[in-house]
Amino acid sequence: MNNILVAKKVTKKYGDHTALQNVSIEIPKNSIYGLLGPNGAGKTTLIRIINQITYPDQGEVLFEGEPLRPEHIAKIGYLPEERGLYKSMKVGEQALYLAQLKGLSKNDAKQKLKYWFDRLEIGDWWNKKIQELSKGMAQKIQFIVTVLHEPKLLIFDEPFSGFDPINANIIKDEILRLKDSGTSIIFSTHRMESVEELCEYIALIHRSEKILDGRLSDIKKAYKNNIFEVGIEAAETENLLFELKDKFKVLSSDVDTEENQLNFSVQLPSGDSGALLNLLGTKGNINSFIETIPSTNEIFIRTVENKGIAHE
Amino acid sequence: MSKLPLIIKREYLAKVRNKSFVIMTFLSPILMVGMIVLIAYLTELNDNEKRIIAVLNESDFFSNEFLTSETTSYVKYKDISLEEAKDSTMNMGYYGLVYIPDEDNLQKVAQRSFFYSKESPSTTVLEKLERIFKERLRQERLRELGISARDYAEMDSKYELNISTFDGEHNLKGLNEIKAVIGGGFGYLIMMFIIIYGGFVMRSVIEEKTSRIIEVIISSVKPFQLMLGKIIGTSLAGITQFAIWIVCGGILLFVAMAIFNIEPSTLTDSGVSGGIGNGANPILSSADTTMQLYAQEIFDIPWAMLLFFFMVYFVLGYLIYSSIYAAIGAAVDNETDTQQFIFPIILPLMLAIYVGFFSVFSNPHGPIAVGFSLFPLTSPIVMLMRLPGGIGEGGVPIWQLVSSILILIATFIGIVWLAAKIYRVGILMYGKKPSYKELLKWLKY
Repeated sequence: MNNILVAKKVTKKYGDHTALQNVSIEIPKNSIYGLLGPNGAGKTTLIRIINQITYPDQGEVLFEGEPLRPEHIAKIGYLPEERGLYKSMKVGEQALYLAQLKGLSKNDAKQKLKYWFDRLEIGDWWNKKIQELSKGMAQKIQFIVTVLHEPKLLIFDEPFSGFDPINANIIKDEILRLKDSGTSIIFSTHRMESVEELCEYIALIHRSEKILDGRLSDIKKAYKNNIFEVGIEAAETENLLFELKDKFKVLSSDVDTEENQLNFSVQLPSGDSGALLNLLGTKGNINSFIETIPSTNEIFIRTVENKGIAHE
Repeated sequence: MSKLPLIIKREYLAKVRNKSFVIMTFLSPILMVGMIVLIAYLTELNDNEKRIIAVLNESDFFSNEFLTSETTSYVKYKDISLEEAKDSTMNMGYYGLVYIPDEDNLQKVAQRSFFYSKESPSTTVLEKLERIFKERLRQERLRELGISARDYAEMDSKYELNISTFDGEHNLKGLNEIKAVIGGGFGYLIMMFIIIYGGFVMRSVIEEKTSRIIEVIISSVKPFQLMLGKIIGTSLAGITQFAIWIVCGGILLFVAMAIFNIEPSTLTDSGVSGGIGNGANPILSSADTTMQLYAQEIFDIPWAMLLFFFMVYFVLGYLIYSSIYAAIGAAVDNETDTQQFIFPIILPLMLAIYVGFFSVFSNPHGPIAVGFSLFPLTSPIVMLMRLPGGIGEGGVPIWQLVSSILILIATFIGIVWLAAKIYRVGILMYGKKPSYKELLKWLKY
């Protein structure tokens, strides 16, 4: 069993509104999985189904190969998009309560809380009330409460929204450390660029349907189209550009005659960059030659266009 | 599930530790007593104003009827004209002037008499003066008819019709009302508890929504568990509050009895013995023995039964209403949006109280009383008003009691099920105030 979680043809309707339509995903163990899509696409509904907050109308969800059961709740950690804490309750008491709700014994919870409070250097907050803390401080507590019971699967909905850059980095590092120690992680977000570098696998959700999923590197490979960004310093830039346009498919160009600099982007026949490089080598000094890898955002837009679904 | 006690504990502590709860628990009885004392004091102060009234008496029919009392003193004018008397009254700043003209019979005198004052006089003053005239008129009438005052006093005998049930059980007038008031007290208690603690449940739900902790919690527990834990925890806090009040009240009562030297045992003893020895000749019975009879009857009210059914109706009624409150709290984003939903649930409570006080008091077994004591949203209050009359013969028929409770249980299950559905959907909805139509749609989610 290599998947921590498998959703099979999950459909969920709210009245006349379809939130999820036949969505199937497979989340490999010990990976970081990005659930990406615009707001209202159905990501949160899927996450709520995984957390057994709501239930699918059709289809099923398997956790470690078994259909979801209430006992699985203790193995999942969930940081929702709409997250908060009791304002007038003390930090320690509150964390204990939430940990116990996840099934930890009081002593266990205390011990683990102490470890995490020390780790994030917030030990002296134990007796403070949430309303005395800043938003960033409260977010640290929320993070601790999410991971405290050492879940096998961690789900973060819009994980970095509202975090300041310093806290976001601290949390990001902690998440990576948890991943290294064997935890599987789901990121759900509409800001695709924010998690791109972290995710190994992604699924794109659009208008309640999954439109694409797989290993991110594979997807990128499939979606790249041999476009290169080239910069060259040459004597006769104008002529060079003319010659290039004749022989290759130049998409855009920018000539700086004073500096004798030519920048252009070009689409090459697949796997063949030698001809261009050879030509350029005789003309001047190449500063850059980079293949453009499409961003997840671009991939998303192109997938939507290819499928003929109007994009909003 | 082991999580329910955790939730109950948190809700209970969150409520009990709240400063406003502590303050309300200890302050509200003091406020209540203080209020009563203040009202009594102010009323007394209002009546304590001493008034001076001038009297210009030109007739022979009145001589010393105007007696100075604690609140009013009379100044008598003699041998001056009405105009002079008016001027003098005004100048002296007296409250007013009674003018009694000289006529040949009392009837005419009374008809032509006037009270002059700067402003329109207070009704108590007028009543007092009118009483003097009335009394004088009556004396005159008696004198004309040749009846002595002593004969007249004997004429004025008290009479009350004896009432009894067919099997000979002696009954007392007004007992139904007394019993209904006792039941009404219980009913009122239920209503207040529902409104106050239902409101607490609702606010607690709203707080979880606005602080956005709700989704964190329901990823660990079922929404229904959370709702149930909240309702139970909050009501335990309420019961704690009541217990504190009862204990404090008990101590106060004990202290008061000690101060005024009343032995609690004498009360009940005299009630019982008076009740047994009495009854042969109620016409001649003194007010004392009647009181004892009432005390006996009140003592005879099946308190244990009443308390038992109070608990039954209290628990069921409270659970029904507070789950509706919880659903309302889940449906809205802030407290100001709750008004339109709260009114429809306060309505049956108010209706129950008013119907109870007007209809059940006069006829505890009439069709209205029976109907409302079966209807589940009013039965916890109305049935309790009927119950002090006993169960079975002469009281609430057993079939009514049983069906009332069965209907209540069925409603309880239905309402809690519906409320839990609305709650489950509502707690995750932010940003808009739902209409009733949308609430109906949520039931299908």
